[in-house]
Amino acid sequence: MNELLGLSITQAAARLAAREISARELTLAHLDAMEAYRSLNAFITETPERALAMAEASDGRIGRGEAASLEGIPIGMKDLYCTADIPTTAGSRILAGFVPTYESTVSANLWDAGCVCLGKTNLDEFAMGSANVTSHHGHVTSPWTRAGDNAALVPGGSSGGSAAAVAARIAMAATGTDTGGSIRQPAAFTGIVGMKPTYGRCSRWGIVAFASSLDQAGPMTRTVADAALMLQAMAGFDSKDMTSADHEVPDWSGLLKADVRGLRIGIPKEYRVDAMPEEIERLWQRGAEWLRAAGAELVEVSLPHTRYALPTYYIIAPAEASSNLARYDGMRFGLREEAEDLTRTYMRSRAEGFGAEVQRRVLIGTYVLSAGYYDAYYVKAQKVRRRIAEDFSAVFERVDALLTPTAPSAPFRIGEKMDDPVAMYLNDVFTVPSSLAGLPGISVPAGLDGQGLPLGLQVLGRAWDEQTVLDVALALEEAAGFATLPYGLGEAP
Amino acid sequence: MALDPSTVARIAELARIDVPEGERSRLALELSHILGWIEQLGEVDTDDVEPLRSVMAIERPWRPDVADDGERREDVLANAPKTHDGCFVVPRVIE
Amino acid sequence: MSYRIAGGTGEWEIVVGLEVHAQVTTASKLFSGASTAFGGEPNTHVALLDAGLPGMLPVLNARAVEQAVTTGLGLDAQINLLSTFERKNYFYPDLPLGYQISQYQEPIVGRGALLLDLPDGGTKSVGITRLHLEADAGKSLHDRLADETLIDLNRCGVALMEIVSEPEIASPEEAVLYMRKLRTILRYLGTCDGDMEKGNLRCDANVSVRRVGERTLGTRCEIKNLNSMRFVARAIDHEARRQVDLIEAGGAVVQETRLFDSERGETRSMRSKEEAHDYRYFPDPDLLPVQLTQDYVDRLKASLPELPDTKRLRFMADYGLSAQDADALVAERATADYFEVTAKGRDAKLAANWVLNDLFGQLAASGRTIEQSPVAPAQLGALLDLIAEGTISGKIARDVFAAMAVDGGDPAAIVEAKGLRQVSDTSALEPIVDRLIEDNPAQVESCRKNPKAIGWFTGQVMKATGGKANPQLVGRLLAAKLPRAE
Ligand SMILES: [Mg+2]
Ligand SMILES: [Zn+2]
Repeated sequence: MNELLGLSITQAAARLAAREISARELTLAHLDAMEAYRSLNAFITETPERALAMAEASDGRIGRGEAASLEGIPIGMKDLYCTADIPTTAGSRILAGFVPTYESTVSANLWDAGCVCLGKTNLDEFAMGSANVTSHHGHVTSPWTRAGDNAALVPGGSSGGSAAAVAARIAMAATGTDTGGSIRQPAAFTGIVGMKPTYGRCSRWGIVAFASSLDQAGPMTRTVADAALMLQAMAGFDSKDMTSADHEVPDWSGLLKADVRGLRIGIPKEYRVDAMPEEIERLWQRGAEWLRAAGAELVEVSLPHTRYALPTYYIIAPAEASSNLARYDGMRFGLREEAEDLTRTYMRSRAEGFGAEVQRRVLIGTYVLSAGYYDAYYVKAQKVRRRIAEDFSAVFERVDALLTPTAPSAPFRIGEKMDDPVAMYLNDVFTVPSSLAGLPGISVPAGLDGQGLPLGLQVLGRAWDEQTVLDVALALEEAAGFATLPYGLGEAP
Repeated sequence: MALDPSTVARIAELARIDVPEGERSRLALELSHILGWIEQLGEVDTDDVEPLRSVMAIERPWRPDVADDGERREDVLANAPKTHDGCFVVPRVIE
Repeated sequence: MSYRIAGGTGEWEIVVGLEVHAQVTTASKLFSGASTAFGGEPNTHVALLDAGLPGMLPVLNARAVEQAVTTGLGLDAQINLLSTFERKNYFYPDLPLGYQISQYQEPIVGRGALLLDLPDGGTKSVGITRLHLEADAGKSLHDRLADETLIDLNRCGVALMEIVSEPEIASPEEAVLYMRKLRTILRYLGTCDGDMEKGNLRCDANVSVRRVGERTLGTRCEIKNLNSMRFVARAIDHEARRQVDLIEAGGAVVQETRLFDSERGETRSMRSKEEAHDYRYFPDPDLLPVQLTQDYVDRLKASLPELPDTKRLRFMADYGLSAQDADALVAERATADYFEVTAKGRDAKLAANWVLNDLFGQLAASGRTIEQSPVAPAQLGALLDLIAEGTISGKIARDVFAAMAVDGGDPAAIVEAKGLRQVSDTSALEPIVDRLIEDNPAQVESCRKNPKAIGWFTGQVMKATGGKANPQLVGRLLAAKLPRAE
């Protein structure tokens, strides 16, 4: 492996600044990796020429002493972010051929910060999935395999392409979006760091909407410090998004410290779910021990409505999605399947354009909003959602952060859990509650299971308190010392 | 709540997704399974609970009334499957 | 105003409720920065949001909220400090998002009232059920291509206020009075231009009939998109008669949406869109609930202009105008303002007459609005001053006004330039009078028998002076010199 691929953003930035390496060199190394690991199918669209042009521009700015915070850092952009003049598919056939003329706010922020665009990363169609197996552009393969077993594993989802690219050292970082766990769960599955900030921290403008009240952009990196750097560049108020908060973005990166002395960390007892592997339970306890050893106080807390979070989510998210996806009708952009009349054209275009999982969720969403069912499903779900949010508010009166596992299982095989949607939905059991409450959360790689697969721990925090979340995550990262590369990555490229 | 194939047909029509007749029974089963699982929400007492309106208390001024957008027809039509005289062309709408 | 339909089996009355869509006066759309300008090349006043492109988000226009609240205050209505935008989901090519953003369960304005000014001088209050904000749809052009439809999104997203009345309108005439009064108030407030031709005021009418004396409401039909005052009356009248005929023939009214065919003067059922609408309303998660403070509402209330009902009463009390003249003057704020400038410190009734007769006649003849009047109110006032001072007669004033209407200008200057100053000098008029008496003994004689014969002499003096003789002075001279009838 090219040694440049092993660098964190922080390390690369230092070497770029010292002119020991050029952005062009760094980008070329990553473009080589992209080619070498093309079989992972982490990218839907590769943009090598743009990447080199951007890298050269970065070198120019570095030379003139005008480097921005992420100058010359090659990243992957989840293909849910609209990017000007680069095809944007949302992993769906219905956006075949769609090339935005506009740039999402968050991606624009990253380009302004000096990032180099390697390409658009694969994802579950319209971000609906937890295994990155629903993309029209094919599933993503995790760079990880079980010890002594070559079976292809899922990278998690929906930001599976981003996760695989960062884990395989194709990209130094990537963007994700998290609606019910789509950053944190794939981060856990691929042994990287993934952070969802507070709802309202990043602008949603220009990001293809899945469920508007839940969607948040966030970074996927290999270290907590890199996550802080990336989020710093991504976040900020945007007058084009009414749900974007006009809060000052703190200097998370500058203030980052592994010091958790005096912090109270809650362990929510409801997160001990049935059928969770022993190993995950043990890792969770070990995480708690690390924090205690670092000077934090551990407190058992209760979030009584936890078990209702998933069913609540599977009303609200499909309901919003059924409406958000109505604009994909073949009239003004994207796929149009001409049929005998207007209504048939709508129906054929959407049947051909949407995959099975998207259709399923649009139908569920349509049903729960339809006359006679709205109160029983949607209104009920919004009431339970308030209860869930209140659970967190109450707990955060007593503790500064929560520690939980990120996912209830280790990565599984591609094709597994495919026949039962509910079994697939359970992947997000630990991430969905905080999404419903809009709270910030991060997944940190904390260890391996018996088969050599990565496991993640999740830190949740108060609204707008990303700093504590990052600090606790850093303490975990230092204690865990997770440095394992995906199996076999050593040989290439 | 068990969904029958005719309900699947009705919501598919509402959602403008063509679900061939042969697939309606399978989908009805799948969706019923999901809905059955969702219905555990009935256990939660929400009698005195107001539905959540917005998850974050975000306060912000509205947009000032300035016409500073539009006049970008190329962008608007850039991805259109079919256009004519600066308009989108769609299958005939019967009034 | 009692309106009855005489059927074969007895008398019927009608019950009408109106839903008016009024385009909010704003520079930009309800949720995007695209212009609301009328016309323009297709799809030029379109932001990416209006075209429903992926990732685009709505941002609420502060002015639209202000305008809706102002309108609510002008209708004496309840302002809801908390309201919600919801999505009304349905597929249509002129609706790019696949949903209309509207207000459903929690509108920004609740119950209010509108006062109709009846022709007999009385009034009738009609309840307002609610007013809510929503985004307009685009335009489908069906006749440009043979088998396809063109979509122009210039209108798409323009802010509308939907104003819903209670079913308290009892005749086609009342419906028109309602529309007129609503239009007047909207224009006073500056919240809607009220131009039905441009479609920025549109009306749907819910019509039902019942036998006189009956209390329960009949089944109603909704007539969509009435776009002129005349059509409002004709459509309601026709629809009511259709329903009466139907029921009397043993049929039943089916609740449905109907269209008014203005060429045939009848309503007909809209193609059975009977795929049972299910709009799946839910709060739009892209928009936060609209939270107003009482302070915000109070500030808007304090800045409300004087509204027509108040102004009408004041005109009657302060200026001694008749109800009819006051009505006519307050119908447009610009007219009322014009009148007040003209009348200030002058004979108000005379000013009202000049505005309503001479000015309106002149504007109608030249196809101008009062804003485009070539005669400014101060100039008309100056003209009235010339009459009051005796510089010119009322008759000459009309000639001066006609000249002002063509070239504009100061009335005094016109009087000077054209030599129209009234002759009020006895020494100038006396020789003319004496000569006439001397030359016309027969006419003098007839004055003895008929006092009205004096008018002949007045006419001759006027003729001799080109109409400039002071009529009072001429009258006095003639009375002194001519014999009186016995
Ligand atoms: Mg209506
Ligand atoms: Zn409406």
